[in-house]
Amino acid sequence: MADEGQQHPLRVYWIMWGALFGLSALSYWTDFWDDGPLRTAAILAFMMLKAGGIVMIFMHMGWERLALKIAILGPPVAILVLIWLMALEGAYVEDTRLEYYGESTMEPETPGHH
Amino acid sequence: MSEAVMESGVEAAGTRGVVEDWSRDKQVFGMPWGKAMMWIFLLSDTFIFSCFLVGYMTVRMSTTDPWPNPSEVFGLTMFGQSVPLLLIAIMTFVLITSSGTMALAVNMGYRKAKNKTFWLMVATAALGATFVGMQAFEWTKLITEGVRPWENPFGAAQFGASFFMITGFHGMHVSAGVIYLLVVAFRVKRGYYEKRGDNYEIVEIAGLYWHFVDLVWVFIFAFFYLW
Repeated sequence: MADEGQQHPLRVYWIMWGALFGLSALSYWTDFWDDGPLRTAAILAFMMLKAGGIVMIFMHMGWERLALKIAILGPPVAILVLIWLMALEGAYVEDTRLEYYGESTMEPETPGHH
Repeated sequence: MSEAVMESGVEAAGTRGVVEDWSRDKQVFGMPWGKAMMWIFLLSDTFIFSCFLVGYMTVRMSTTDPWPNPSEVFGLTMFGQSVPLLLIAIMTFVLITSSGTMALAVNMGYRKAKNKTFWLMVATAALGATFVGMQAFEWTKLITEGVRPWENPFGAAQFGASFFMITGFHGMHVSAGVIYLLVVAFRVKRGYYEKRGDNYEIVEIAGLYWHFVDLVWVFIFAFFYLW
């Protein structure tokens, strides 16, 4: 396998390419939805599908040996712990700010289009 | 570890294969060293971008000021109608197109189709340069509207800091990728890799980097622009 490298039928790439276009169009579409859990779930789902396709097909990870898959895809799982800790921290800081400074009095402008 | 495996040359699959890859007296990853190193570099880069995105999440969660609405901030007026996030959507499609041409370039490289590989890589680099150009336009637009890393008229001050840091670092990766791809493309054209007896793996290695840049954009698009 190492000698021939990653050689696959062209059809695989055409399908993946098309899928990425479709998924990106769907991602963009979510911007027109109303905010809510459904929209959040859709953003995450389309993101993971796109990311998975790029890594597994375009970067050929799907065809690599399990030793490489574990070595490269395993460590990023630790980021979930960082996300969790920093989400706790972010929520706590917001609470203390509200406690000591009160609600924001900022009156932002609406972005104008040029 | 079985001697039968070593003699027959057949690699075990699954977890048995993982044990053998690490414990047998051989190179762990059965691939050119450059490719293994690129993967490890990309793993470290994953952590860098994750730290930026997690930092962005933390400041966005902790600020009590309203967060600027990206749909409006990044909207464009086309034919008298304002379309949300239009420029970013176009940038996304440009980058995806470049990912496709890169994937084809890798495939053509392994077929030793020198000219096709060269032109597909040049096309990828051109699309990458287009992306950076559009990003420069976006930065200019926001800066003229008063967005700075420390303040902006549309809401929470942290918006500018996150925006310039994250998209700036990503844009720098794209720019570096354009140069990298052009260097490799011209070497392919000159027959540099054939002289060295390489199997055009370098095209796949450059491709890994390029796909990674596209991969990072998928996350930036979801978390920064859509969220």
